[in-house]
Formats: sequence, C-alpha cells, structure tokens
Amino acid sequence: MTMKASTRQVAGIMVVDISGRITLGEGSTLLRDTVRDLVSKGHKQILLNLGDVTYIDSSGIGELVSAYTSVRNQGGELKLLNLTKKVHDLLQITKLYPVFDIKDDEAAAVKSFATAG
Amino acid sequence: MSMTGNRVSYTLDSTLASVDKAEEAARQIATEAGFAEEAIDGIAMSVREAAVNAVLHGNAYDPAKKMQVEFDTRNGDLVITIRDQGGGLEESQIPDPLAPENLLKTSGRGIFLMRTFMDEVRIRKTEPGTEVTLIKHAGGRSSGAKEGSK
Repeated sequence: MTMKASTRQVAGIMVVDISGRITLGEGSTLLRDTVRDLVSKGHKQILLNLGDVTYIDSSGIGELVSAYTSVRNQGGELKLLNLTKKVHDLLQITKLYPVFDIKDDEAAAVKSFATAG
Repeated sequence: MSMTGNRVSYTLDSTLASVDKAEEAARQIATEAGFAEEAIDGIAMSVREAAVNAVLHGNAYDPAKKMQVEFDTRNGDLVITIRDQGGGLEESQIPDPLAPENLLKTSGRGIFLMRTFMDEVRIRKTEPGTEVTLIKHAGGRSSGAKEGSK
C-alpha cells in the first residue's frame, strides 16, 4: 500500500493524516512535499497523524527527522500523533522517541501547540 | 530466479521495484521457514535496508549494474546474501547513528537496523561491490520458545 496524505485544519493547527508505507521513493517524497508545501504557505504548526502508517523504513524515519528539523528551523513546531507499535518501537530503537513531541490524543495534541486556539 | 536445494537466488535491476521484490521474497521465505511474526518483520526490514543500500548507494540506480539477493536455509537458519556491483562499502567508515551528533541525520540507520533485527550481519567489500550477509538463527521460529529479535 503506497502512502497517502491528507491535510485538515483544526483550531489553527495543520493535521496531516498519513496512511500506508513511508519508505524510500514515493512515500518519503510525498511526506517531504506535503510538509514543505505547508511551511511555504506559512503553516508552521503541524501534527503528523501516523495512526494508519503500516510500515516505515530507515528512509521514512529520516524523512520524519527532516520534517521535524525543517519546521523547527522555520520557527515552527512539528509533533507526532497516534504512533503504531511498529513506528513506536523503531523510534525507541533509534533513540529518536525523546526527540519528537509524541501525542496519543488529537484534541490534547492540538491544544499543546504554543499559539493554538 | 534460480533455485538449488534450499537456495533461492534473484538477480535484479537497480530499481526501487527490486527493493520491494527483495522485501516481499524475504517475507515469504521467512514465513515458509516458520519464523515468528516479529522475526519475519525484522528479516523483511533488514533485507529492504540492505537492498536499498545496494541499489541506491552501491549501484546508484545504474541500469548496467545488478543486485543479487540469495536466500539459503541451512539447518533451520536463514542466511541471506545481498550483493551489489558498486564502489564497495568500508564498514569502518559507517558512523554510529545513535551518537548525539548523528541523531538528527536523515540517513545512516540502515545497517544499524539490520544489526538490531538480525542475529549476525557481515559486510564484505568485494571487487567490485559489497556483499552483505544477514543471518537469522532458528531461535526466531514460531515453534521455538525464544524470540530471536533483539
């Protein structure tokens, strides 16, 4: 299953619902383009909903890191929502879990952004 | 694809489709060999990471260069060898992706993940190219008491 991404706005926060596989090629490119597009339009508070991500490889992990750093470098915030066990375990193994701000409740996640609401 | 005894070998183009093919084959062969689900996921991911390295970093998508993926079941162990025809990888030059200075790098985690999910990982620079051998021992099988993934 290839990756799909759809974007919606909740209380000023851009929520990106991602499903499928984030792997080298189409998946990682789509994630990069989606985040880049949001930032270019001035949306710098981004919540990536990974609840329907079935698989992620090291390129996908790299793309999450890239999205996180690029948004942060633009003065924004990028958080992760609804990690599956596989993604959770991979972020733990790679010691990236403490790097990201990870949430499991969308409403609380949206409220947690600095200027939300 | 060629088959000899318990050995299956694929010679594949240097494309992302080949990476998917190698991953699918790994998942199928590990399933047929009786490994537990968690071990199968780890084996499939490790083969994917090795195949990405072969196609992208080794062969650099060169249509003239091939990737060879070989699966061999020996005494219940699964031995997988991935070969490319690129410039060759020096294992000593692979940075530690867990080092604080490397944590936010966007690449460099593939071999670390292979070492996490497989019981043995051997990397050999060949002339030309790189040969990566991934071994999962029978302890990761669904019928066994011990889960092989670390």
